[in-house]
Amino acid sequence: MIQAIGRRSISAIEAVGRFGQFLMDMTRALADLGVWARLLIGQMRRIGVDSLPVALFIAAFTGVVLALQASYTFTGAVPLYFVGTLVGKTMMLELGPVLTGLALAGRVGASMAAELGTMKVTEQVDALETLAYDPQSYLVVPRVLAATLMFPVIVSFAIATGIITGWLTSLALLDLSTPDFLKGLKLFYLFKDVWFGLLKSASFGFTIALVGCSVGLSTRGGAEGVGRSTTRTVVYSAIFILVLDAFWAVVLL
Amino acid sequence: MIEFQDLHKAFDDKQVLQGLSLKIRDAETVVIIGYSGTGKSVALKHIVGLLHPDAGDVIVDGQAVGTLDRNELTLLRRGIGYVFQFAALFDSMTVAENLELGLRRRGLDEEEIQERVREALALVDLSGTGDRMPAELSGGMRKRVGIARAIALRPRYILYDEPTTGLDPVTSAVIDRLMVRTREHLGVTGVVVTHDMRSAYTVGDRIAMLYEGRVRQVGSVAEIQETEDPVVRQFIEGRPE
Repeated sequence: MIQAIGRRSISAIEAVGRFGQFLMDMTRALADLGVWARLLIGQMRRIGVDSLPVALFIAAFTGVVLALQASYTFTGAVPLYFVGTLVGKTMMLELGPVLTGLALAGRVGASMAAELGTMKVTEQVDALETLAYDPQSYLVVPRVLAATLMFPVIVSFAIATGIITGWLTSLALLDLSTPDFLKGLKLFYLFKDVWFGLLKSASFGFTIALVGCSVGLSTRGGAEGVGRSTTRTVVYSAIFILVLDAFWAVVLL
Repeated sequence: MIEFQDLHKAFDDKQVLQGLSLKIRDAETVVIIGYSGTGKSVALKHIVGLLHPDAGDVIVDGQAVGTLDRNELTLLRRGIGYVFQFAALFDSMTVAENLELGLRRRGLDEEEIQERVREALALVDLSGTGDRMPAELSGGMRKRVGIARAIALRPRYILYDEPTTGLDPVTSAVIDRLMVRTREHLGVTGVVVTHDMRSAYTVGDRIAMLYEGRVRQVGSVAEIQETEDPVVRQFIEGRPE
C-alpha cells in the first residue's frame, strides 16, 4: 500500500517535471522565429476556421436555453428585462469561454494529440530532427501560439451568437421587446466582462494546445498509443479548463 | 569517421547495448547485422543524437555526439542523411515537399532547391512523382523517396535503417543497387542496419555482427562469409539451431 502510494507520487512528480521541461523547451524554441513564423498563419486558419462551426452551434443553443431558463426563474419576481442581463453576463463571463473551451478540447486538443502522436510513432518526429528541425519550433510553437491567439476570436463570435439567439428567443417566445432586452443587457455591463472572458479563453487555448502537443509527442506504441494520447488530452484539458476557470474567478473577480 | 566507443544503452530494465565499439572509416559502407532486438537501430539513432547513451559515446568527425548542445547537434545533423525503416515521410506533404523541407533548413535558394529535388528523384528513378502524396506510393517507392530525401541533402554520411525490410526480392535488389549507386555517385560514408544477408553482401564493404549488445565479429564480406564463429555462421546461414 505504502509502496503503491510512493510509486504513484514519484510518477506524478516525474510527470510534472517532464511538463515543466516541455514548457521550458517551448520557450527556448520561440527564438527560432524563422521556422515557426511561416507556419503560424496556417495553424491559425486551421484552428480558427475549422473550430468556428462547433463553437457557434453550441453558443446558439446555449443562448436559447439561457433566455428560457431566466424567464422561467424570474416569473413574477424579477422584471423580465433581466433576461438580457443574465444572458449577456453569463455568456461573457462563463458559458461562452468555458463551453467553447470544453468543446474545443475535444476538437482541437484531441486532433493535435492524434496528429503529433501519429507522427511520433511513425518516426516522422525523428525524421524532422534528422533534417535539423527542432520539433518544438516546427510543431509545438505554431500550434500553441495559434490556439492562444484564435481562442479569444472564436469565443467572441460564440458570445455574440449566444446573445443574439437569447435576444431572438426573448422576442419570439417571451414577449420581451428589443429595447427591454437591450436595457437588461446594458444594466450591469462592465468592460471587464469582455476582457475577463477573452483572457480566460486565451488561457484555455494555450493550455489545450500545450497539453495536446505534450501528450502527443510523448506517445508510445502504435495505434493504441495514439488512442490513449487522444483520450488523455481531452480529459487533462477538461480538468485544466475547470481549474483555470476557478483560478481566474478567484484572482480577477 | 564514425566511431562507437564502448556504447551502453538500456530501456527500463532491458540492457540493449553493452559496450558496442566499432569504427566506420570515411567513404566505406559498413553493414551492421544481428538478430531483431539486439540494438542495431538503437546504435544508429545514437549517431544523430536521437538517443543519448547511458555510458560511452559515438564520435562523429571528432565530436562526441552525447556531449553536443542543441545547436551543435543541429550542425552535425546537417551532414548526415537518415533513411528510416518505414521511410517516415511526412504524410501531409507531397513527395517534392518532403525533399524540400531539409533543403530549406539549409538556407538554399529556390532554384538550387528545385534542382536538387529533381536530381535526387532522378537518382532513385522517381522523376515525375514530385506532386504525389506518400499515401499514393507503394512500399518500395516510399523507401526510394526516403533515400532521395537523404541524398538531396548531399550529406557526408547516410544511415540506412532496415532499407529492404518488408520488400519483395526484386524491389530489395532495386534498393540495394540504389545504395551502391549513391555511394559511387556521391562518395558518402554509409552505415546500413539490416538482417537481409543478400543486401549486406551486395552493399557492404565490411560487415559487423551485433550480438548481445556488442560487436561479435567485424570483417570484409569474404571474411564474414568464411567465418568459423558458430553464432555468426548460424545467423548468416539462417539456421534455426
